[in-house]
Amino acid sequence: MTEFTPKPARPAPLSEVGLLGWMRKNLFSNISNSIVTLLGLYIVWQVLSWAISWGLLNADFVGNHRSDCDSGGACWVFISVRWNLFMYGFYPQDSYWRPNLAFILLIGFLIWLSVPRIPFKKVGAILSLTVFPVAAYILLYGGMGLDVVPTHRWGGLMLTLVLALVGIVAAIPIGILLALGRRSTNMPAVRLVCVIFIEFWRGVPLITILFMASVMLPLFFAGGTDADKLMRAMIGIIMFQSAYMAEVVRGGLQALGKGQYEGADALGLSYWQKTNLIILPQALKIMIPGIVNTLISLYKDTSLILIIGLLDVLGMVRQALADPAWLGYPAEGYIFAAFMFWIFCFSMSRYSAYLERRLNTGHKR
Amino acid sequence: MKKIATLIGAAAVLTASAGVSANTLETVKNRGAVQCGVSDGLAGFSATDSAGRWQGLDADFCRTVAAAVLGDAEKVNFVSLTATERFTALQSGEIDVLPRNTTWTLTRDASLGLNFTGVNYYDGQGFLVSKDLGVSSAKELDGASVCISSGTTTELNLADYFRMNGMSYEPVLYDTSDQTISGFEAGRCDILTSDQSQLYSLRIGMSDPDSAEVLPEVISKEPLGPVVRQGDDQWFNIVKWALFAQVNAEELGVTSANVDEMKGSNDPNVQRLLGTSGNMGELLGLDNEWAYNIVKQVGNYGEVFERTVGTGSPLQIARGLNALWTDGGLQYAPPIR
Amino acid sequence: MKPKNNTGLLRLVYNPTARSIFYQVVIVGLLLWFVLNIVGNVMTNLDQRGISTGFRFLSQPAGFGISQSLIEYDETFTFGRTFFVGLLNTLLISALGIITATILGVFVGISRLSPNWLLRKLSMVYIEILRNIPLLLQIFFWYYVVLQAMPRPRDSISIGEAIFINVRGISMPKPVADSGFGIYVALIVAAIIGVIVLARWANKRMMDTGQQFPTFWASVGILLGTVIIGFFLTGRPLVLDYPELRGLNFRGGMTLLPELLALWFALTIYTSTYIAEIVRSGIESVSHGQTEACRALGLNEGQRLKLVILPQAMRVMIPPMTSQYLNLAKNSSLATAIGYPDLVSVFAGTTLNQTGQAIEIISMTMLVYLTISLSVSAFMNWFNRRMALVER
Repeated sequence: MTEFTPKPARPAPLSEVGLLGWMRKNLFSNISNSIVTLLGLYIVWQVLSWAISWGLLNADFVGNHRSDCDSGGACWVFISVRWNLFMYGFYPQDSYWRPNLAFILLIGFLIWLSVPRIPFKKVGAILSLTVFPVAAYILLYGGMGLDVVPTHRWGGLMLTLVLALVGIVAAIPIGILLALGRRSTNMPAVRLVCVIFIEFWRGVPLITILFMASVMLPLFFAGGTDADKLMRAMIGIIMFQSAYMAEVVRGGLQALGKGQYEGADALGLSYWQKTNLIILPQALKIMIPGIVNTLISLYKDTSLILIIGLLDVLGMVRQALADPAWLGYPAEGYIFAAFMFWIFCFSMSRYSAYLERRLNTGHKR
Repeated sequence: MKKIATLIGAAAVLTASAGVSANTLETVKNRGAVQCGVSDGLAGFSATDSAGRWQGLDADFCRTVAAAVLGDAEKVNFVSLTATERFTALQSGEIDVLPRNTTWTLTRDASLGLNFTGVNYYDGQGFLVSKDLGVSSAKELDGASVCISSGTTTELNLADYFRMNGMSYEPVLYDTSDQTISGFEAGRCDILTSDQSQLYSLRIGMSDPDSAEVLPEVISKEPLGPVVRQGDDQWFNIVKWALFAQVNAEELGVTSANVDEMKGSNDPNVQRLLGTSGNMGELLGLDNEWAYNIVKQVGNYGEVFERTVGTGSPLQIARGLNALWTDGGLQYAPPIR
Repeated sequence: MKPKNNTGLLRLVYNPTARSIFYQVVIVGLLLWFVLNIVGNVMTNLDQRGISTGFRFLSQPAGFGISQSLIEYDETFTFGRTFFVGLLNTLLISALGIITATILGVFVGISRLSPNWLLRKLSMVYIEILRNIPLLLQIFFWYYVVLQAMPRPRDSISIGEAIFINVRGISMPKPVADSGFGIYVALIVAAIIGVIVLARWANKRMMDTGQQFPTFWASVGILLGTVIIGFFLTGRPLVLDYPELRGLNFRGGMTLLPELLALWFALTIYTSTYIAEIVRSGIESVSHGQTEACRALGLNEGQRLKLVILPQAMRVMIPPMTSQYLNLAKNSSLATAIGYPDLVSVFAGTTLNQTGQAIEIISMTMLVYLTISLSVSAFMNWFNRRMALVER
């Protein structure tokens, strides 16, 4: 009797493995799919070939006058000659190092806080919420021996980032407080106040709020006010976004099992102990996508301030487009501004996806 | 919980609301600067040059007020406003004075809570058309699309004019004059209407100024002047007389170049103007050198006019109605005495 | 640990009810003080500065023109009328935007789950790029880059000498009712009722006997037939008013303003990215077992989506979808940036500027948006409760 020797398995047919198999399965599985694939390929080809030839191959990158743009493609010279204005607005030239330094500090703190391997997170968090804001304020605005740069000279990307950061830092805690207030069971008056507050800000367009903040707010206070226009716009944006944040937080709080609340109560924890030690740490994890989405829309919404005459990066681009010496490059200008917004929003959303995966401890509800 | 949120909001707003504007003069002195509302970019009236400095007839009027009140023409915070924002900004106290080519009308004077302090530019509304349209009179514009800056008297005059002549039109509104002219250049509208001075200023901002022309018709009276809030007569007087001082200075032949010698003049009118005799400044609540500072640092009305919109500027606008009354124009200031 | 002094006032301090009442009184008191203070300040400020107040301005003549109006309007109408003109324009752009954004969004959302790898990736790129660019910027892009690059009226792009595309928008023929129009409409209404009855009958028959009836194609046939045949039977009750270049502009027909188009495109594309994500996660939320069960039953792809997946996904999708619709309506206020005559641009813009009554006008504007969003939320809550009953 011969011993049974199994024949080696035959390799799968060529049409089912490798690149060919993959293509067959994912691109040409049937007739309609093949048509879609071919159509898609055609569109991609058209768009890419146009974009590359207009934006790269036929584009002009160097020069300092519009006569340097003669090759028929995009005129990126328009961007490069105004680069400083787009970045800093009318900030005094000899003080560019101040926003630069503040930005480097910001990046430093962000890396410290966002890369898991770097230790001393707690110190970083405390420093970034105490020392950094003060330092950034002094660097950007002035004081402590630095010349004061009034906020109407701020502009460009710098203004966008300032608005977004202050908005983010303020909207999260206010949003959490509002959500807790809205869920409070034994304080009906507080709940009512929070509900009205949240529903009001969520119900009206940001632009009417900004308009109110920019021209009506002073009528509300005795004898008018000197409050800075930027600050009033900022308060408007914060109020608006904190209402949205509150709803995200409320969603997270609701998703938490009732047992968690009861367990904390059974342990005899006080309200704030329960909230800070048991509820929020779990709820915040669930809320990350929602919070980041709100932050992204906050970042995008900062562009609306140009309607009330503050010049963020989009505002500066529009001002540049009106310059008679450079008429006729709206596409370059807007694409540049779009990229400035896109890169930040996209990285935020990627980071949130990463965080979500990292914090996913398996018992997702 | 909610308390903290409220407190943060309230504190942020309240700490900022220091300073009482019932007495604008006091507020300005404490602040050390005049908050001055100007347009968001109109060559010749108020526009930033490449160095970021505000230039123009209206911008210089801000400096005039600062020179009179604070003795330093540079102590101005320029606030650029769209036509829509300008009155609310003034009413609410965000700015102290609004020299922003604003037309003096009865409604604005009577119901907006504003006071016009005088006229620093006599203007009239006209039309800018592109030459290849082949139009020679505004009467041929039936059915045209018209670019306008929103929230101006221009909008109302335009409606009146077309209705009176039995013509129809499509209004295309823009927030700023930049957008208006770019819409016109792109062909979004056939004509652009605005005050004549602005038309000239917008036209030189076009990529091809020769492709457009200003029609001869002037369809309205547009006296442009600085505006202040109602309810503060002292401040009203100061702004009013700052303008009169400039016109009087021109009439008396006092210029920024000769103002120091003129201090020794024995003409009692010049003496009162420059504060070497009398107490005119004190009566207004200002330093007695107020008018001296204006002329020294900003110049008299004629100088400012020529520098910003007249022969010394790309606009090349003739004095016309804005000449002194002694030269057949309308600029006439009450005497300082 | 027990508090040392367990009597009187201290007991009150440690009593949670007493404490919560105390906090509430403090907060409400502070808030009331704050609000009263503001109201008082506004009153004194308005009074001091001689600013007119009240709503009398609403009955005064407006005196300015508006480029697009759904109701009759010219310069002689009142400021109150401008409010309604603006409001209707806001509702128009919102409705247009909601319809197209939904269609595009559902399409992209389903493509996101397509078995075709390329289509999946393309729709992902579409979403990731366009949802991360501010809406305002997209509006500017469409308005200043795309639409302002169109030719002048004289060199319009013409489609069959009926539709003209130029820098001033799209001019197209406008159907105008002629004699016999009433009968025509009645015929169409009758056809619609017929289709509904047919659908009910087909459904009932399917439930009873399992036999299927091609309801969709039959309905399309009936409707199209009525529309076309009825048109000639009733003696062509609709005539087309063609646009024609006369003088400076196109006259006749109807024109979609470039401001409207830019806003519409931008709102559609921006909102569709959000809707696509909602559709995707809605479909993904239906468990895979449902799909497998459908395949086991032999349903084809279309039937699976229509009969099994979408009805279940709908429950998850409707609440976020509504909030997107509300966002779209609120976002339409960005119209003011390019001069489309919506509520904010006409009423809170021009009218505000001509009358100067900021408080009244801004309050009215905010109230409109608040009313819209609160009533839609209330409807949604009711709808959600109804849907929740279906849950197993």
